[in-house]
Amino acid sequence: MSAVLEKYFTTNVDEVKVWFKAAPVSKFPENGGACVKYKDKQIAVFNFTRESKWYACQNLCPHKMEMVLSRGMIGDDCGTPKVACPLHKKTFSLDNGENLNGDLDAIAVYPVKVEDGFVYLGFSE
Amino acid sequence: MKTILVIGNGMVGYKFCEKFVAKADLTEFKLIVFGEEPRPAYDRVHLSEYFADQNAERLSMAPRSWYEENGIELITNERVTDIHRTNKTITTISDKEYSYDYIILATGSSAFVPPIPGVEKDGVFVYRTIEDLDATMAYVEEIKKQKPDGKAAILGGGLLGLEAGKAIIDMGLDVSVVEFAPRLMPRQLDNDASKVLQGKLEDLGIGILLNKGTQNIEGDGAITGMKFSKDETLPVDMLLVSAGIRPRDELAKTCGLEVGTRGGILVTNDMKTSDDNIYAIGECALLNQMIYGLVAPGYDMAGVAVDQILGEIEASMPTSIDMSTKLKLSGIDVASFGDALNESKEGISIVYENKFQGIYKTINVSKDGKSLLGGILVGDASDYNMLHQIFLNGLAIPENPEDLILGSRGGEGVSMGSVLDLPDEAVVCSCESVTKGAICCKIEEGVDTLKGLAADTKVTTGCGGCKPMVQDILDETLKASGKTVKQNICEHFDYSRQELFDIITMKGIKSYDEMLDSHGKGNGCEICKPALASLFASIYNETANEQETIQDSNDRFLANIQRNGTYSVVPRVAGGEITPQQLIVLGEIAKKYDLYTKITGGQRIDMFGARLDELPKIWKDLIDEGFESGHAYGKSLRTVKSCVGSTWCRYGMDESVSFAIEVENRYKGIRSPHKFKGGVSGCIRECAEARCKDFGMIAVEGGWNLYVAGNGGANPKHAELLAEKIDNETVVKYVDRFLMFYIKTALPLQRTAAWLDKLEGGIEYLKDVVINDSLGICEDLDKEMAGLIDTYKCEWKQAIENIEIQNRYSHFVNSEEIDENLNFVPLREQKMPELWNA
Repeated sequence: MSAVLEKYFTTNVDEVKVWFKAAPVSKFPENGGACVKYKDKQIAVFNFTRESKWYACQNLCPHKMEMVLSRGMIGDDCGTPKVACPLHKKTFSLDNGENLNGDLDAIAVYPVKVEDGFVYLGFSE
Repeated sequence: MKTILVIGNGMVGYKFCEKFVAKADLTEFKLIVFGEEPRPAYDRVHLSEYFADQNAERLSMAPRSWYEENGIELITNERVTDIHRTNKTITTISDKEYSYDYIILATGSSAFVPPIPGVEKDGVFVYRTIEDLDATMAYVEEIKKQKPDGKAAILGGGLLGLEAGKAIIDMGLDVSVVEFAPRLMPRQLDNDASKVLQGKLEDLGIGILLNKGTQNIEGDGAITGMKFSKDETLPVDMLLVSAGIRPRDELAKTCGLEVGTRGGILVTNDMKTSDDNIYAIGECALLNQMIYGLVAPGYDMAGVAVDQILGEIEASMPTSIDMSTKLKLSGIDVASFGDALNESKEGISIVYENKFQGIYKTINVSKDGKSLLGGILVGDASDYNMLHQIFLNGLAIPENPEDLILGSRGGEGVSMGSVLDLPDEAVVCSCESVTKGAICCKIEEGVDTLKGLAADTKVTTGCGGCKPMVQDILDETLKASGKTVKQNICEHFDYSRQELFDIITMKGIKSYDEMLDSHGKGNGCEICKPALASLFASIYNETANEQETIQDSNDRFLANIQRNGTYSVVPRVAGGEITPQQLIVLGEIAKKYDLYTKITGGQRIDMFGARLDELPKIWKDLIDEGFESGHAYGKSLRTVKSCVGSTWCRYGMDESVSFAIEVENRYKGIRSPHKFKGGVSGCIRECAEARCKDFGMIAVEGGWNLYVAGNGGANPKHAELLAEKIDNETVVKYVDRFLMFYIKTALPLQRTAAWLDKLEGGIEYLKDVVINDSLGICEDLDKEMAGLIDTYKCEWKQAIENIEIQNRYSHFVNSEEIDENLNFVPLREQKMPELWNA
């Protein structure tokens, strides 16, 4: 299973080589998430409407290695935007991927931009 | 400017620095700290957690930046080799020289390795530092590569050894713990307590070998076995030695300080060694001819040394030092306090043992029956904090001392007394020496959260064992001062669930965002979102399709998420009555989508393994055949279970199936604080198990007996009798009111049993409200319930008729592909998801 995990690593905006055109904005529920497929990766993308922001992270929850984070609820923990895994409510910062209510390894986060009504995700390869 | 050299950067050495900078005028002192290990001080008490996550940072007491910010020079990887007391200098291993005014020896201890022949062989490790753990883990990996059934042993059945045992079993080796004494944790437990603990550890797969002296470590280069006697050898591939500690006193010895005959730097109770300018604290210090191998006395010693250097010459260690401990060993509570083994022979023991549940408790009470001298708790240490306080403060004990471990039987009396009876000087947090008085003082200053108390007093920040007691002190103190204890649902709303219910109804608020903007703060979370979703549903009967992103995991997709992220599907089968044709249809649908099927505990059929994208298709098929949602995914009515009743049964007193169907259809779809279930039995033989339900009816001569607020689950509870011998119509009227009253006043995720438990006045009060209308709210309750029943919609029907809702059910937004990570394995005639690795 760890091979699945190794596909995902946090990408900073200055490392982006590819802006992948994922889907139109309308495909993403307000204040919720959906999953985007990019090559063999699954990326959870969140439309954080309340703050007019977008976030992206791996869809894989590192707790039990299931592809489910895009179906989790989002919100904030003392101001840090977060997602809660639908399986066991492990929460992760959408800013840096840190596990906020436990000691799991951080998840990978990716840059998102919106242009002309389309959502783009940034990858370094 | 005076220079203090702290030699040793372990937990106690660090605590000295922390206490010193908090108290001293730092312009007058220079602190230089020497650590032999590569990293700054870390928490050795929780060392076994490193096995699980290899996260050294999390164990760190403070980062390097903390030392810098406080003007402390921290030199790690540097062992001090000599102290030259005449010219007051020291030298280090790399020949650097420092002069001092004071020295704090906090050199700690090293693992004791018994001189067994062969102990130097490969594969023998000690358990003391992060480096030791790294080496151990690397070796475990090697063993696993070479053989499938690798075996490890732990030498020493003390608490560290047992923790290490569990860690190694988690890494995938077989583990045996080898102890020389006739029992486990010989310093804390008696023989009977050890037996109970042994049973529980064996259940976890840890082998326990007692009364075993190891004669020889066998093997050619690397360990292959431990020889106990001529004909007894335990084959093992590695050995972890955890057989006690030896104080690190070699530095003190070479500079001529007095040391004990069996090791340890001699100190008086002001923590001074035989040289007035040199102090020794923690596990290297020999005080009262004892080495104190616990962190709390070490911290106290650090505090005494700080005070002494700052001129408070009265500061000293107390004559008797509390060695009580409480820990969780692989989820098993173990605690011992005071004179646990009755070594003084001053006490009379009272023992409670429950072999069935694996609980052992003993207390030693003074011969006059007036004071508690010590005790042991295994399997359930929930009363430890209070017992420990009673012991420490010499509080009065009940007339029947056994009440302390058995609870008060009969009568109203509370055996333990209230936390408010504790004297102000009672030390509640022994790691940080915080008294009850200090906590109450902060509460009076206006601190009203556990977090706030932790920030202001450091209480709960050590081992965390005092948390429940601090919470009790906080709640009780607030209550006593007339302040209500706020039951805010989360950081985003300063309201309880009941207050939110009232706000939504009175202001007519319709959406989560509107509520958050007008009455909350921030952006919400996984606690307040589903709690409010439940309220909108209970108030407006809005289905989970409407505000989909505030719904809990299961509600959002109207199905129960399972282990691998697939879902299960449960159509309603009211009362458990199902036609042959319906059974065939369910079978065909399950076959079509290759679903695993099982009969649920609520008399219906659960179909597992449906992918997200399959859910609307499966439900279209089900609805076409006349089924509707079973709300198995919601905090709502699940099922009303029934026995076959007088329609078939020769003992039946009434038609339980007909009544169950009627009631299930009445309450279906109603959202509540938690799930709820019903049961209807046709006679007192109770085949429907109605008294294990949130509401249950049992047919008797002359009508139905109605029971409420029972449940199965983690804390099973029988429902309590609300009314006797009433007709169908009256049953329904009372259940309507009971449920609506619960829906309006319970906490989020509180089941009816817990709700009734907390309801002041209990069942008698509930009877008054529901039957006698003592609050004058029955008309409202009836109307609100009727409103919910009249507006029922099947939310799956709503979903499959709406293309926008159906579009939510695809794994990817940019691809029709399915999740390729789903793997199933065969199980009997069906399938199941691949097992989780961890």
